[in-house]
Amino acid sequence: MLIRPKEGILDPQGQTVERALPALGFEGVAGVRVGRLVELEVEDPAQLPAMCEKLLANPLIEDYEIQTDDRPAANGAGA
Amino acid sequence: MSRHRELGLTDAEYELICEKLDREPNAVELAMFSLLWSEHCAYKHSRKLLRRLPTEGASVVMGPGENAGAVDVGGGRAVAFKVESHNHPSAVEPFQGAATGVGGILRDVFAIGARPIAVLDSLRFGEPASERSRYLLDRAVAGIGHYGNSIGVPTVGGEVYFEGPYEQNCLINAMCVGLAPRERLIRSAAAGPGNVLVLLGASTGRDGIGGASVLASAELDEADESKRPSVQIGDPFEESKLVECCLDLLEDDLLVSLQDLGAAGLTSSAGEMASKGGVGIDIDVARVPLREADMEPFEVMVSESQERMLCVVEPGRLDAVRGRCARWEVRATAIGEVTGSGRLRVLDGAEVVGDVPVAALVDECPLYDLVPAAPTAPLYPTPIRTLTGDDPREALLALLASPNLSSRRPLFQQYDSIVQSRTVRRPEQADAAVLALEGGGAIAMSIDGSGRRVACDPYVGTMAAVFECASNLACVGAEPLGLTNCLNFGNPEKPHIAWQLERAVDGLAEACRALDVPVVGGNVSLYNEGTEGPIYPTPVVGMVGSLPHPERAGRLGFAREGDAIAIAGGFHPSLPGGELAKLRGEPLPDRLPGFDAAKVRAAQEAIRDAVRAGELSSAHDIAEGGFLVAVAESCLAGGVGAALDLGPSDEPWTQLYGEGAGGFVVSGPREALDRFAERVPLDVFGTVGGDALGVAIGDWSFGATLSELREANSALAPLFP
Amino acid sequence: MKFGVVRFPGSCDEVDAQLAASRVGEAVLLWHGDRDLQGVDAVVVPGGFSYGDYLRAGAIARFSPVMESVFEFARDGGPVLGICNGFQVLCEAGLLPGALLPNVGLRFVCRHVDVEVVDADTPFTRACARGDRLTIPVKHTTGRYHPPAEGANVVLRYAPGHNPNGSEQDIAAVSNEAGNVFGLMPHPEHAVDPLTGSTDGLRLFESLAAPVAA
Repeated sequence: MLIRPKEGILDPQGQTVERALPALGFEGVAGVRVGRLVELEVEDPAQLPAMCEKLLANPLIEDYEIQTDDRPAANGAGA
Repeated sequence: MSRHRELGLTDAEYELICEKLDREPNAVELAMFSLLWSEHCAYKHSRKLLRRLPTEGASVVMGPGENAGAVDVGGGRAVAFKVESHNHPSAVEPFQGAATGVGGILRDVFAIGARPIAVLDSLRFGEPASERSRYLLDRAVAGIGHYGNSIGVPTVGGEVYFEGPYEQNCLINAMCVGLAPRERLIRSAAAGPGNVLVLLGASTGRDGIGGASVLASAELDEADESKRPSVQIGDPFEESKLVECCLDLLEDDLLVSLQDLGAAGLTSSAGEMASKGGVGIDIDVARVPLREADMEPFEVMVSESQERMLCVVEPGRLDAVRGRCARWEVRATAIGEVTGSGRLRVLDGAEVVGDVPVAALVDECPLYDLVPAAPTAPLYPTPIRTLTGDDPREALLALLASPNLSSRRPLFQQYDSIVQSRTVRRPEQADAAVLALEGGGAIAMSIDGSGRRVACDPYVGTMAAVFECASNLACVGAEPLGLTNCLNFGNPEKPHIAWQLERAVDGLAEACRALDVPVVGGNVSLYNEGTEGPIYPTPVVGMVGSLPHPERAGRLGFAREGDAIAIAGGFHPSLPGGELAKLRGEPLPDRLPGFDAAKVRAAQEAIRDAVRAGELSSAHDIAEGGFLVAVAESCLAGGVGAALDLGPSDEPWTQLYGEGAGGFVVSGPREALDRFAERVPLDVFGTVGGDALGVAIGDWSFGATLSELREANSALAPLFP
Repeated sequence: MKFGVVRFPGSCDEVDAQLAASRVGEAVLLWHGDRDLQGVDAVVVPGGFSYGDYLRAGAIARFSPVMESVFEFARDGGPVLGICNGFQVLCEAGLLPGALLPNVGLRFVCRHVDVEVVDADTPFTRACARGDRLTIPVKHTTGRYHPPAEGANVVLRYAPGHNPNGSEQDIAAVSNEAGNVFGLMPHPEHAVDPLTGSTDGLRLFESLAAPVAA
């Protein structure tokens, strides 16, 4: 799930990044928004929108985008 | 096999290990020895020297050797405190390095059963003209704030200095103060063969393994670099649960002993617990909760994953301990047991993968004598000149605007200084932080170090740093009870650094004796040098004192129009080695004038008593920048000006800007100061009032408005946009 | 008057709030895992970093068992005071309108600010008069208030020049429609003792403890 500040919400982190990039020589950058990435493995992807609405994002101030990929669950380390 | 060399052990040390084991160490054992026999853990080059420090005093409840020291503050209460460095990790990643430095020192304090109630920090960086130093400063302050604020412990004081020699080696020293009923204090000695070893807190990953990774049995390719992070990441939320859990367990007497996990992880904690208790410990790495799959036994034993504690529990109490930990949502896992063997054994399930005598690992590391020799040539470059001309007014404004003297408000506003509701004096209100204690009374604390002046004269410079700390306590009305210190130096194998270290320790010892203040604990950080040379020798001192009436705690700001202003105490300033000399680009002198320790102590006591009796409106130690800078600071803190007339003077520069121990700027009603003059050397020089600072001395007459002073003093603000 | 101060894992100012409330009544701590509100007359959701502020400040705490009871308590008209992290929890729980965002300056800020009383008719500001100026400390990284499109009942505003975090319309405190739930970013529990600074915060607790005029 990609969670971003809604359009129209002041995003000082995004603005700070947008100002810092030209100073490093990267021109032509606009529209920087800084958000959050939540990755998880889920058996029933139909639950994802409800998870976003209820916990993972705050719909008043954030938009979310769900990306799924159908790889079998990876082995190994989880936090 | 030269694996031992890659791990930092000398050939002689390796042979000694083989002798003690009666065979060669395997990979697990080699990893353990390489860490416990490192300078950082074993204090190979400093332990003998530290024996010169006085550690006894009537108030001492816990002296050096435990996780933190503690002093009695009356009413059945003890105050625990310690300072530690986190210099090298902070140079790599300053946010997490500073944050985990705070986390680590907090654990040392609650490991002895005291609730952390305050944090102070001492920071040193290169000049702010350097982008890297600005970056380190910004991130370190953010990291300290992040950890302290999140865990709900107020950061109530600190210091920050900027000098060229710290450009490649920044210093991050963190001090924690804690409070406990005396009977809740606990020691770390493991006891009782058959008792269970329980690991509390976060799961164990590969944090901090870094150098020891040469021992990995699997072939490492480039992609695996990321699996062995050298940066420890702190989790203050986990630690906040751990604090409450541990204090709860101690409150109900459920633990035999408690130890925190820091440098060298399970190896050093279990090793030290066993050594203190004269017992052995078996640890089964297969039972340790892991964050990463496929960790090898040596990795589990040396991991520096944060927010973990080790405790010893009687088998009959294990269920109660588990239940309590579940309530606080803290992981608790039995990972081993105390034995009578005197050996630290590492098991992986049923298989013994490491087996060493505790004494060899913890107590029998060879200690080295320093080979000191005074330097024959200057060790440090002359500071770069930033002030030209001969204008005393410009000098005042330049000093107030200099990075070392500018207001630290942009820093300390990033710290929560009020949580826990004890803070009676916050930064910039007084020379020391003051916390009121439940049950009555209050404690004061300050952290003070010195680099450049110790470089000029390690013995006098260190004595002066200790006396400055005690003077700061005196200005709020506190009597010092104990001291903790962090010694930050270069490579002690170099004779001139050894000379600095030895002279500094002797100065520290002499100052403690002169003040009757025992050392209750501390830390040493060596090898702080880079291609451009060593850091200034930098002893950092943290002191805690007590005062009976928090409502009478002293303030540094002028308070009342019409109050008289005086210098109290015998003040014998000199310019060389001071802040003005630095701005003028003068080379460091090769010694500093000594001072009369007994007289300075007497002045401190007189100031302390006068503050307690409410006789003074303000008291402020004269330190860096000298007398006029101290007056300007008192004007700014009080929001009011002053008119000074110092009369004729042969050396106005020295009188206004010279530095030295033992002088205080005090203010109060004229009659009160006249009475005070009967107990302490005192010269009245001016009056509080107006909105400007005016000075008449010799032929000079100059001044600056409060707003000019304030603007100059706000020079650090642009560093924190 | 009995106050209940909720304690989550990671709460920092719950004991401070308990101490402050004890000056005007009785105050107990309410464990996050218990649904029992112990018969309190008012609930305080305190400051701190509940659940580490992970995901979003207050996002996880709002689902605690105790919050189910607080929800019912509020629905039945019981007074609920949310301070700083508590304000964040109540917004996440939908008991207060709006949301708290990162400070415009992106840094933690701890200092005293002046707020002006906009609405003196609430159970939390009864002991004040409209226009009164209170000096109360703030300490937070995520305190920029964002009201919903339909607006919110503003109870306190930062005085001119005192907005520490970029809150829209200088809003420092809001209440719900019914007026029984109140949230503010400043910490009144840290302004109750002359020894440690301002005592202006005490008036909010006194308001709650005062008997209601008919």
